[in-house]
Amino acid sequence: MRAWIILIAACAVPLVATAQEKPVQLKKAAGLATVEANCSGCHSLDYIVMNSPFPNAALWDAEVTKMIKAFGAPITDADAKVIADYLKQNYGS
Amino acid sequence: MLTRRHLVTAGAGLALGGSGLASRTAAAASINLPAALPEGARSSAILDALPGKKPLIKLSYRPPNYETPIEYFRTAITPNDAFFVRYHLSLIPEVDVSTWKLAVGGEGANGEAAFTLDDLKRLPSAELVAVNLCSGNRRGLFQPHVPGVEWSYGAMGCARWKGARLKDLLDKVGLKKEAIEIVFDGADSAVTDKTPDFIKSIPTWKAIEETTLIAYEMNGAPLPHLHGFPARLILPGWTGTYWMKHLTSIKAVTKPDTGFWMNPAYRIPLGRFPLVARFTSQETATNTPITEIVVNSLITDPTDGANVRMGPIKVGGIAWDGGYGISTVEVSSDGGKTWVAATLGEDLGRFAFRTFSYTLSPKARGKQTVMARATNKIGQTQTSELIHNPAGYHHNVVHSVTFNVT
Repeated sequence: MRAWIILIAACAVPLVATAQEKPVQLKKAAGLATVEANCSGCHSLDYIVMNSPFPNAALWDAEVTKMIKAFGAPITDADAKVIADYLKQNYGS
Repeated sequence: MLTRRHLVTAGAGLALGGSGLASRTAAAASINLPAALPEGARSSAILDALPGKKPLIKLSYRPPNYETPIEYFRTAITPNDAFFVRYHLSLIPEVDVSTWKLAVGGEGANGEAAFTLDDLKRLPSAELVAVNLCSGNRRGLFQPHVPGVEWSYGAMGCARWKGARLKDLLDKVGLKKEAIEIVFDGADSAVTDKTPDFIKSIPTWKAIEETTLIAYEMNGAPLPHLHGFPARLILPGWTGTYWMKHLTSIKAVTKPDTGFWMNPAYRIPLGRFPLVARFTSQETATNTPITEIVVNSLITDPTDGANVRMGPIKVGGIAWDGGYGISTVEVSSDGGKTWVAATLGEDLGRFAFRTFSYTLSPKARGKQTVMARATNKIGQTQTSELIHNPAGYHHNVVHSVTFNVT
């Protein structure tokens, strides 16, 4: 919940969830709060679980870059590194 | 095969839903996901019902990506409430039809017009049965895996669509002879305005075909919200990416659309797939937008992992293609060494699912594998090996199921 509040404050974007959306609990590890804060505004976090564990480090880097460059996610360089590290550690091959 | 977890998931609706119809429906649907999917996709997919829908296989909540369980493909028409749901962007407004208008124009048109839903209904209506198939259907089966929505077999459906011909809308504004593409936008949008809006174009030659519709009915009902209310593009034979929902604007243009969703998204390598329909204004030296659906088939009976009584066994399923029509479906029960023609079911038109059936007499009890292979009327058939491509499109490897004869 804290992550959602941070996101609202940071991005001032509307959060629209489908009525029956249930929270997706990702693995509790370093970087999780950054992932939740930056990623869950635009899409539910099941996208991460669904796309695992096959991505290698280069593929997770490419996915994070795609979210920023192609989809315009407002993620700082520092956060992007934390997110990529979290994904590689917890959802990579 | 149903794992314990899957049984628990399927049973949850029963426990929570009491004795109502919904709970029985939930229990009837299965989440028999293939082992080839990414482990994470298998572990996070659940049966979940969106508003107005039966429980479908939830791959992502937001944007909602839900696929249809295989049992709904035993018939050529997929019910609206079991039809797969696919969105790219998370803001999906409920369109107010009293204020909704579809704007038609663009720099490639001679004029402009706006259509209310009643205006669309006053145009001559057309009806056809057509498959709406996500370009990435079966992406989850790719080896090696590619990122994206990790669909299994159910990102597709076949419905009877009714609407106006796009050609009639375009005739109202008049096309310049230089109009090369027609561009579509819908009411859905992204959470941040930095995300490219979902906009798609099609070649003008395809737009003015008699079978290209602006549909307002699906299987005899007004288009359900999650299927594009109040009106969507129906582009029979071409993959679902073009079938824009919640249409708000249609523009004729004299230069190719350059948006993200046309390039680099939804591209296939040139020359790898046996396709006829080309989208030349968008082709590059190395790739092309995905266009028509490749010929394909799916075995719905028996299901993978099922126990089936010894005796004559009904093998059934559906076949489809990009609109040339299915000519044969063959079944093999010896690993592809020999093939026998199945019986085709009712022909609902060249763009529709075509059911097939075959009666197998197994020689012995134990594990039995059957495969199905469709061929269309221009001689295209399914591949035995995957044509791998970066975005995971056009998976039409021959489907096989293995069951136990008891």
